[in-house]
Amino acid sequence: MFDGIQRRIVSLWFPRLATDRVLRQRLIDAPFVLTLKQKNANRIYCLNPDAARKGLYRGMSCADARAFCPSLQSASADPAKDKQFLLILRRWATRYCPWVGIEGEDGLVLDITGSAHLWGDEPAMIVDMRRRLAHAGVCVQIGVGDTRGAGWALAHYGEGTAQQGDMLGALAPLPVAALRLSDDISVALHRLGLRTIGDLAAAPRAPLTRRFGPGLLLRLDQALGNQSEEITPLAEPPHYGVRMTLPEPIGLLSDVTAGTERLLVQLCAKLKAQEMGARMLCVTLRRVDMGEQQVELRLAQPLRDAKRILPLFERGLSEVEAGFGIDQLRLEATQVEPLPAQQISHVSGRANDKLDDLISRLGARIGLENIKRFLPADSHIPERSFIVAPAAYSDPQSGWSNANLRPLCLFPPEPIAAHGPRPPSQFRWRRMPLTTGRATGPERIAPEWWLSDENWRSGLRDYWRVETKQGRRLWLFYTPQNPGWFVQGEFA
Amino acid sequence: MHIPVLHFFPPASARTHEVCGPSAYGFACALAARLGGQTLWVREAWDAVQLNPNGFSDFIDPATLTICDTKDQKDALAVAEEALRSNAVTLVVIALSQPIGLTAGRRLQLAARDGKATGLAIIPEGMGSNAAETRWRCSPAFDAKDSTLQTWELIKNKSGTLGVWHVRWDTTAHRLIMVSPAGN
Repeated sequence: MFDGIQRRIVSLWFPRLATDRVLRQRLIDAPFVLTLKQKNANRIYCLNPDAARKGLYRGMSCADARAFCPSLQSASADPAKDKQFLLILRRWATRYCPWVGIEGEDGLVLDITGSAHLWGDEPAMIVDMRRRLAHAGVCVQIGVGDTRGAGWALAHYGEGTAQQGDMLGALAPLPVAALRLSDDISVALHRLGLRTIGDLAAAPRAPLTRRFGPGLLLRLDQALGNQSEEITPLAEPPHYGVRMTLPEPIGLLSDVTAGTERLLVQLCAKLKAQEMGARMLCVTLRRVDMGEQQVELRLAQPLRDAKRILPLFERGLSEVEAGFGIDQLRLEATQVEPLPAQQISHVSGRANDKLDDLISRLGARIGLENIKRFLPADSHIPERSFIVAPAAYSDPQSGWSNANLRPLCLFPPEPIAAHGPRPPSQFRWRRMPLTTGRATGPERIAPEWWLSDENWRSGLRDYWRVETKQGRRLWLFYTPQNPGWFVQGEFA
Repeated sequence: MHIPVLHFFPPASARTHEVCGPSAYGFACALAARLGGQTLWVREAWDAVQLNPNGFSDFIDPATLTICDTKDQKDALAVAEEALRSNAVTLVVIALSQPIGLTAGRRLQLAARDGKATGLAIIPEGMGSNAAETRWRCSPAFDAKDSTLQTWELIKNKSGTLGVWHVRWDTTAHRLIMVSPAGN
């Protein structure tokens, strides 16, 4: 498609992306570093120019850095947020050309072929980039060349612009490491006396390939334009939002519901195309007096079935105050989860759909996190032998073992007055005088030393099942290391 | 094998019932096991008593039980009503701490009828609502040989007679067995 047109690539390198991101939010006029735990020590992950001037460098341990520079300020690094920031910069860079890819962890690569003239010419475009990035407080080094490799080399080693068609001329004085080579290859090349790209290009190719494999010359050819290299632009993340503007305001619940249904059908089609399911939905209703009301819906499971979602909106929509009327509806899936298409079969039960819908409806009233279910856990400690998990975010599991008889309900241990390792024949519990009719036990349970639990500080427990003459069947335990008797549960 | 039908258990479906006494939880679990299907257990969040799934796994599969922790009793009643009406669960257990009025009781009753689900309110002693279909008092009983023996008293019945039964839960057969009091 671009036959006859020379490609032009701009490579942006943000050498201090992580610190720039943090310093944009709070200005610090002092040596500042971000630290990250690497190789078992807190090491410098990124640093600002002040810190670099004091002689600090990346990978230096944080303790050493503090010794060098007592006024050092530091914060912990967050690589995930840095990545997010780079994606934001990528989106910003699409103002210059549509073809923007990510280069490593701290760079962008732009294919500006045919779009430089929109800014006057190429230098004007670069000046604009520099100006805007400097304004945003992001340090940048820019390299321009005919190939991605040349752009990268110029950005990282001596900023500059390579003239069209003369890559070798611009790259020849740069060190071989500018070819995106691994450290050991560039060290080996230095030992051979091939220090610059010019030296390497002049050397005979066959012995180099024999010694270093095809990767080295591939990088050289890519930089000089003899081999093509693609730039992969990232796709825009799909947006799960739809809206509808009405010529006349509406106010009846049935009308609003009908409007929401239309939007839901559109949204669900979008979700289906991406194989996603909505977990949280938000309808925004704009009134004619510009007042906005939101109806949120959290679902107990990812869904993209308009027929099932709509009844769940009923309660929220009925609480909306329409005022003089509503003239815009906007529906957005604020939280989505992957929901792959599933084969319909006669085996899979659909009975739980009803329960999930019920959980969604109840969750809208009391909060989804308050609806729970029990999951089995691997522990002998009675209160840790199960997990209570939110039902919306867990699946029912099997695997309950009832090898030992356990009480129906547990409560925090309640002390009773008794002595000795045998269960008392008479005791008082909750102001009731009780007489032991039969005691079964003991069952010794040791605390889990790998987890510190306040309640188990008293050491081992000998559990007894005590059936009283009065009827109550209690679960008592004795702590031999710290003598005392407690009631912890009751059987059916 | 002939399995004797207990004429008093389970109590009428699509109605709400009440149970009090120390073995109320046992009654609820036995009822859940008898009805099968999904159970929703509504309780107030402050309640320190923790249901132990390892304890009731003799009765029902813990996977079929869902717990709702509510802020106060008003929320608990609203949740129970909605759940009863939803047709998604077979039994809704609601643990009450204060007496409920006739309106609330009647609303639960109507919801149970509409949703064809059974409701069971666990109430403190003497705090029943007049709208309940039946009221039970369950307490464990001591027996030299049997350690699951309970006494179930039917203390209110809108459509039938009252009675007292001695029952025990048979873990292996997974069912309730009536024990003749004469055997004691």
